[in-house]
Amino acid sequence: MSGVVGAAVAQNIAFYVLAVAMAVAAIGVVRSQNIVHAALYLVVVLAGAAGLYILVAAEFVAWVQVLIYIGAIVILFLFGIMLTRAPMRSTGSLDNSQRWASVVVSLFMFGVITALLVDAYGGKEIKLNDRLVALGNTNTVGSSIFRDYLVPFEVVSMLLLAALVGAVVIARRD
Amino acid sequence: MGLNQYLILSAFLFCTGIYGVLARKNAVLVLMSIELMLNAVNINLVAFSAFREVVAGQVFALFVITIAAAEVGVGLAIVLLIYRNERTSDLDEVDQLKG
Repeated sequence: MSGVVGAAVAQNIAFYVLAVAMAVAAIGVVRSQNIVHAALYLVVVLAGAAGLYILVAAEFVAWVQVLIYIGAIVILFLFGIMLTRAPMRSTGSLDNSQRWASVVVSLFMFGVITALLVDAYGGKEIKLNDRLVALGNTNTVGSSIFRDYLVPFEVVSMLLLAALVGAVVIARRD
Repeated sequence: MGLNQYLILSAFLFCTGIYGVLARKNAVLVLMSIELMLNAVNINLVAFSAFREVVAGQVFALFVITIAAAEVGVGLAIVLLIYRNERTSDLDEVDQLKG
C-alpha cells in the first residue's frame, strides 16, 4: 500500500513540475518579442503536454504528440517564420493596441472556467490502476480506432488530404 | 491525482491562447496561440479519458491532433499568400475589407 501512496506522491510532484514549466512557457509564447523564441517556448508547452499524457498512461497519444506536434507542426511554424521574413529583432512591438483589453478578457474567462470546474469536478480523482495502463497502449487505441471509429477515421484522412492539396493550391506561384 | 489539476491547467493554457489571439499582431504568432488552445482541449480529452476509463477521449485527442496539422498547413499557406501580395504578415495592415 505504501508503494501505491509513494507512486501517487511522485505523480503529483511530476505533475506540478510539468505544470509550472508549461505555464511559464505558455506566457512566453504570447509575451516574447522574438518570434523564434516564441516558437521554441511552444516546443516546451507541447513537450510538457506529452509528459502529462505519460502521467495518465496515455502513451500512444504522448508519442503521437511528440512526432506530429514537435516534429512536424513546429517545423512548419519555423518555415512560416522564415518565408514571411518575420522581424527577428523587434522593429516595433509584436503586440497590437488591445493588450489590456485582452488581459481582462482572458483573466475573466479563466476565472469563470475555474469556478465552474471547481464546482463541477472538485474532489474527483483519477485513479492509477492496471486498467488505466492497459487503456493507453497502442493495441487498445488502435483497435478502438479501427473498430469503433472507422468512419470518423476515414473522414479525417480525406480531410487531411483535401487540406494538404488545398494548401499546395493556395501557396503555389502561378 | 485530482481531475481538476488537469482541467485547471488546461483552462490556463486556453486563456493564454485567447490572450495571444487577441493581442498579437503577427499572423504566425496568432496561429501559435491557436495551437495552445487546441492543446488545452487535448489535455482535457485525455484527462477525462483517464477519469472515465474509456478510450474514446484518447481517440478524439488523436483526431484533434490531425485536424491541428491540417489547420496549420492551410493557415500558413494563407499567411504566405498574404505576405506575397501585401509584403507584410502584420494583421493590422491587412484591412482591405474596411469600408
